[in-house]
Amino acid sequence: MIIRVTNLRREFTVGIETIRALAGVDLSIERGEMVAIMGSSGSGKSTLMNILGCLDRPTSGTYELDGKFVSGMDENELAGVRNEKIGFVFQSFELLPRTPALANVELPLLYAKQPGDRRARAVRALERVGLADRMDHRPNQLSGGQKQRVAVARALLTDPALLLADEPTGNLDTKTSDEIMRLFADLHDEGRTVVIVTHEPEIAEWCTRVVRLRDGLIESDESVEPRR
Amino acid sequence: MNLSPRFILQTILLAIRQIRAHKLRSFLTTLGIMIGVASVSTVIAALTGLKEQVLSEFESFGASKVFIFPDQPDRAGQNRYPWREIKLKERELEGLVENCPSFEQFTPNTDFRATVIHGRKEVPNINVVGIWPSWHDIENRPVIMGRPFVEADEADAKPVAIVNDDAIAELELPPNPVGSIIMVKGRRFLIVGVIETNRTGMMSFQPEQTEIWVPFSTARRMQSPWSFFYVTGQVKSPDLVDEATAEVRYVMRSMRQLGPDDPDTFRVEAIDQYIEQFGKLATGITAIAAGIVAISLLVGGIGIMNIMLVSVSERTREIGLRKAVGATPSAIMLQFLLEAVVLSLLGGLIGLGLGQGLAFLLTIPEQGLQSASIPSWAVALAVAFSAGTGVIFGFFPAMKAARLDPIEALRHE
Repeated sequence: MIIRVTNLRREFTVGIETIRALAGVDLSIERGEMVAIMGSSGSGKSTLMNILGCLDRPTSGTYELDGKFVSGMDENELAGVRNEKIGFVFQSFELLPRTPALANVELPLLYAKQPGDRRARAVRALERVGLADRMDHRPNQLSGGQKQRVAVARALLTDPALLLADEPTGNLDTKTSDEIMRLFADLHDEGRTVVIVTHEPEIAEWCTRVVRLRDGLIESDESVEPRR
Repeated sequence: MNLSPRFILQTILLAIRQIRAHKLRSFLTTLGIMIGVASVSTVIAALTGLKEQVLSEFESFGASKVFIFPDQPDRAGQNRYPWREIKLKERELEGLVENCPSFEQFTPNTDFRATVIHGRKEVPNINVVGIWPSWHDIENRPVIMGRPFVEADEADAKPVAIVNDDAIAELELPPNPVGSIIMVKGRRFLIVGVIETNRTGMMSFQPEQTEIWVPFSTARRMQSPWSFFYVTGQVKSPDLVDEATAEVRYVMRSMRQLGPDDPDTFRVEAIDQYIEQFGKLATGITAIAAGIVAISLLVGGIGIMNIMLVSVSERTREIGLRKAVGATPSAIMLQFLLEAVVLSLLGGLIGLGLGQGLAFLLTIPEQGLQSASIPSWAVALAVAFSAGTGVIFGFFPAMKAARLDPIEALRHE
């Protein structure tokens, strides 16, 4: 079990009003699954993703990631967990401007306890996503798809337990989206655990399991035959 | 928290990259510190050079000289002494010569202005100085032509004069003026010697000027009754100066029959007092310069804080990303703090270089300073203070960056 979430609640206070973003979510994800978390805006899928990514802490409930109870950790411990266990891929890539692809990929190892040979590990990650010939390119010299590949390489760098992608194809055209999804599918086939937050059914098609949220609760949770 | 040397080094490299990526902005930001450090280090370098120069001048001037002046004592609300009691008298001079064993010799000094005529050449308002023969020795002013004054000139108040070499041109004297006759205040004087004009050090700024010396006794007869003189005494050795000063006070007070409660009606000064006064002045100017550097570092620091706040706001998404991939708040804090420190340190170092350059310029003109370099204590202080400015004014922006919520930061437009 890579993720085990029980009775997860998250409330926000806006003025005198309390907004309940997650109203008691139970979710378990096995190692090697490729899960799509879907839902309309306001369904709580972003809040769930932030908590799964250790960027946010639940108001109540427990969250166990790769054998560690992260729901009780402080800010510094969470930073360590994000560094070691989670690889983020964002909708808008979040590459550092004016910085070569290789340096962008190296970034997480700057904050790692055991960085090892940063350069060699970053080169391997870039090779894995098929950008061996673009290492010295800066983000403004790369296409959207290439940028997202750099971001995936960065997410793979620390060999995380969980790849967490937030609308990874939101800024890409259909053809490039398919390329990126094929990359995620390949990574899944290699045995990685992938969680993709999306509102697009075409993206969810690539996954082995689709979890739908509605009003802060899981509406449906079904295994599906992935597109390959 | 993992603040290993490796991490700090990489963060410094990151700061340098960031500064290089915004060259113009970084330059403008640190300009305040640069100018502040440059101007103050120039002032300190110039002052240090000036101090050395003045001290060596005082040394050559004679560290073993004591001056005795007539002086109205400062007695608030009480009667002033009449001038005739205060001014020095010839018999007091004799008393000093006889009763002050710490002194090698004395000379009185007095002067008056006179029109000097040589042939058809008439020069008004020339300074005529009356001295004893011992003056040559005390002031180290030997003659370069003719002879110095001798006791007989003084004893008989002879109408003889010594001129400086500038006078040869100004009074249109022959190249060797010894034996020429000049008219001083309507009296005939025979030129017996020539003295080289003193053009070293601080006197070097004076234009060409005639100087005339006559025997003291001769000068006294030509002066108005209100004129006065002061006395220069040469102490046997520099370490006897305090003793010599005490002797002068004792002898003068007993000759003037001053009671135990009466103040001195004269003033005794030694060269080392001038050195002390100059030292105080230099220290004062240094303190003012330090005040200016404090203000400029404050202004420069505010500039750095301002641009660091802009930088934090511009790089909000970057901060969010760094946090997402595992940067702790203290790692982010360190990144921005080091960026501010590197920026202000850079300004300080460039400022020091600029200051040394400007100080060097002060030594180029012929009559400028002989040497002017920033003393090492000032270098250390400038480096420490500019780094400190970076820490102090970088702290708030860095704190702001460290406290950013990663979710909010990644959503920032």
